[in-house]
Amino acid sequence: MSDRFDVGDRVRVRLDDPVGHTRAPRYVRGHVGEVVERHGRYPLPDAVVAGERLGPSSVYAVRFDAAQVWGEGEHTVTVNLWDEYLEPANGA
Amino acid sequence: MVHDDATVSRRVRALETELERRGIVDGGMLDDILDRLLAHSTPRQGARVIAHAWVDEAFRRRLLDDGNAAIAELGLSMSHGPAPQRLRVVENTERVHNVVVCTLCSCYPISLLGPSPSWYKSESYRSRVVRWPREVLAEFGLELSVKVEIRVWDASAETRYLVIPGRPVGTENATEDGLSALVTRAGMIGTAAV
Repeated sequence: MSDRFDVGDRVRVRLDDPVGHTRAPRYVRGHVGEVVERHGRYPLPDAVVAGERLGPSSVYAVRFDAAQVWGEGEHTVTVNLWDEYLEPANGA
Repeated sequence: MVHDDATVSRRVRALETELERRGIVDGGMLDDILDRLLAHSTPRQGARVIAHAWVDEAFRRRLLDDGNAAIAELGLSMSHGPAPQRLRVVENTERVHNVVVCTLCSCYPISLLGPSPSWYKSESYRSRVVRWPREVLAEFGLELSVKVEIRVWDASAETRYLVIPGRPVGTENATEDGLSALVTRAGMIGTAAV
């Protein structure tokens, strides 16, 4: 399976708030960032801790502007996010 | 949630006992994994990598392009733990400063830097450096010019980050070993200059 997103794509972090373990940090949920690189494919931690054996899925480095996330700040934060946490946001 | 060391130790001991009771791990298995991971894991390994990148331009480019392949040239690996990790090396320049955190837990390049310092795992560092990096770095004694762009890397997956600090001025004649001795753990996390 190929990666769903390319470097340069705009993506939004889904607003899901799972009951169990997840590696989608709360501070970027709902926010739009840009894919800056692809990290490869790894099993989704949410599924791993639940004992589900799924194939690996793509992990992306997604860069967020602090000003967009918190309304202030000139730095960027780059977060590693699994494909399942993301939805397309081109045009956003 | 407050995690003092005693609470964490008790929890780890209880988990380990239960895993052994159910036959999921045996007594020596966890020790073996830790021994293998930690046997050669100290910040001196990371410092060797940085010093080599400072003196060998082609190696520096390979290191930025594919960290795992480049450190293998020095006999180092990110595969000593339970699962192989990707190494992503980022470089500080006059215009860009990188700093690494794991906001969710304590992901860290143990193979190259050894066990992480306690402040790296503190809720204070993890929550504040993503929000106010310039202020947090100043608290560490690193005052960056307002012209320097700050990039925070939140290592929340199977990629580990290593920062190449700027080479100190006045070290043009230093040997690679001499340069290696100048490289600090904080410099490779991005919370200090070297």
